[in-house]
Amino acid sequence: MKILVCISNVPDTTSKINFVESDTKFDTQGVQFIINPNDEFGLTRAVWLQQKQQAEVTVLTVGDISCEPILRKCLAIGADKAIRVDATATDGFFVAKQIASVCEKGSYDLVIAGRESIDHNGSMVPGLVAGMLEYEYITNCISLEVENGQAIAAREIDGGKEIVTSELPLVLGAQKGLVEESDLIIPNMRGIMQARKKPLDVIPPIDAVASSKVTSFEKPAAKGAVKLVDAEDIDTLIDLLHNEAKVI
Amino acid sequence: MAVLTYTESENGSFKKSAFEVASYGKALADQTGQKLVAVTFNQEDGSALSAYGVDLVVNITGGFSETFSAKKFAAAIAQVASEKEVNLVVISSSANSKYLAPLLAVKLTAAYTSNVVALPSSTEPLTLKRSCYTSKAFSTVTSNQPINIIGLSSNAFGIIETQSTPEQTSMTTDEASSSMVVSSVEKVTGTITIADADIVVSGGRGLKGPENWHLVEELASILGAATACSKPVSDMGWRPHSEHVGQTGKPVASNLYIAIGVSGAIQHLAGINSCKVKVVINIDPEAPFFKAADYGIVGDAFDVLPKLIEKLKTFKAA
Ligand SMILES: Cc1cc2nc3c(=O)[nH]c(=O)nc-3n(C[C@H](O)[C@H](O)[C@H](O)COP(=O)(O)OP(=O)(O)OC[C@H]3O[C@@H](n4cnc5c(N)ncnc54)[C@H](O)[C@@H]3O)c2cc1C
Repeated sequence: MKILVCISNVPDTTSKINFVESDTKFDTQGVQFIINPNDEFGLTRAVWLQQKQQAEVTVLTVGDISCEPILRKCLAIGADKAIRVDATATDGFFVAKQIASVCEKGSYDLVIAGRESIDHNGSMVPGLVAGMLEYEYITNCISLEVENGQAIAAREIDGGKEIVTSELPLVLGAQKGLVEESDLIIPNMRGIMQARKKPLDVIPPIDAVASSKVTSFEKPAAKGAVKLVDAEDIDTLIDLLHNEAKVI
Repeated sequence: MAVLTYTESENGSFKKSAFEVASYGKALADQTGQKLVAVTFNQEDGSALSAYGVDLVVNITGGFSETFSAKKFAAAIAQVASEKEVNLVVISSSANSKYLAPLLAVKLTAAYTSNVVALPSSTEPLTLKRSCYTSKAFSTVTSNQPINIIGLSSNAFGIIETQSTPEQTSMTTDEASSSMVVSSVEKVTGTITIADADIVVSGGRGLKGPENWHLVEELASILGAATACSKPVSDMGWRPHSEHVGQTGKPVASNLYIAIGVSGAIQHLAGINSCKVKVVINIDPEAPFFKAADYGIVGDAFDVLPKLIEKLKTFKAA
């Protein structure tokens, strides 16, 4: 079984979100980049399949050289090899085109990507890849088993979950639940040393045009100060919620 | 040309999000001088959509229309969209709509913009404001495609009534082939989901243990609210994962969010930025949540909650 895990390089969850160049670019100053959390859940599940079912795990990112540290981290976590498509990830459509092209050449049985990235929140890359390749597709995936060339997976739905079976090749949108937070693999020294020797191929992008462009960013309007209500004066809270905020 | 909206229904009745996407679709149709087409699946009675300005309801029938399949539904919507020469598609942010949107985008060679929070500021080229960085920022996005799918953030536009007398038709579309089979569905019934709720009551580690959640549940039931929790609470198994709210959990965009014993870590707040009104109850006046909240009570949850429950019962009964 060959698995491709798509990795997005995103600002750490505690990062201050600011913009520069007249609010057209994200301010990376002082920001630490991490593996997109949804992708990391997918990667961990893939590494388990490698350990228990001899799967081969390739990680892929579309980005410039600044993304290489997180690819090395993925290798240290356990991926066998890495591919970097040397291009700026302009939009979800462009990224999906690049991933689809790598898939066509590599014939992967499973393609895993986070259900969404925590920076752009586009929630479209895995679905676009599935659509382009006409592979089966399950997103918000919270469990996965692969047996005899068939996948059995659970998808989180509003208010519950749904169990599905599907043939391969299959594209998965990963999220927490696929593995637990406590299952995430922290690379050890041996893993880090091995990662240095594992292949990291840099390939040029294929021709593709983005379908959209971000022209500017803005931050939400500053919020007024909190109105504190005394713990003994619940009536006032109810009155404020009813008459002022009009939410109850 | 026309605007199309996918109006979801379940067990014969429309979801609240269907009325919101129809309301937005109507405003968009007016903005672009076009008609509004609503697509439904296995929903014989589309008359409820007459309150939201829909001009035509196309109900897709046939065996596959009874069970949601992202691939089959996307193919069917694409078929209607091509027949009606649709250039703008509006879908909700429900799990199912977000699932099928990228598949539909590929079928229609359309651009897809998710988490949209307002009507376009321009329609040529289509320019949309959407939330990003898990609600910590907004971006303005310009599309260069002639066909566009707009994924509307829940509760961002609201429901606006406009009477119309829609023509109702049914249609059998080609069934897309798929090897995927849904073998079972587990769904809690009788409780409101976070996605549909107007009010969400959320508990954090400050509630000390799962045995105390009856307080959260009782408060939620009086308010007709959904229950939610912080990440450690779901990690420790006090509450199901489906209730985990925040950057790595679910986003919430309700009218009211009440957080009890939640400190207000940046990753938690990221998930609830879109809630209209936030209330915090926390024993620690220094808890970061007070900076993000509209109303707050500094106090012990075990003192405050029983009182709040009693007072709200009286309020609701009045
Ligand atoms: C990569 C990453 C992703 C994360 N994603 C998320 C996420 O999606 N969602 C999320 O929630 N967290 C997330 N976190 C965790 C987050 O940083 C916090 O640790 C978490 O939100 C804290 O949960 P809490 O507020 O329930 O607990 P605590 O921080 O322990 O806070 C408990 C609060 O309860 C109050 N309290 C105690 N006793 C009482 C009482 N008797 N009455 C009233 N108040 C009381 C305390 O004053 C305190 O403020 C993430 C962290 C990381 C590193």
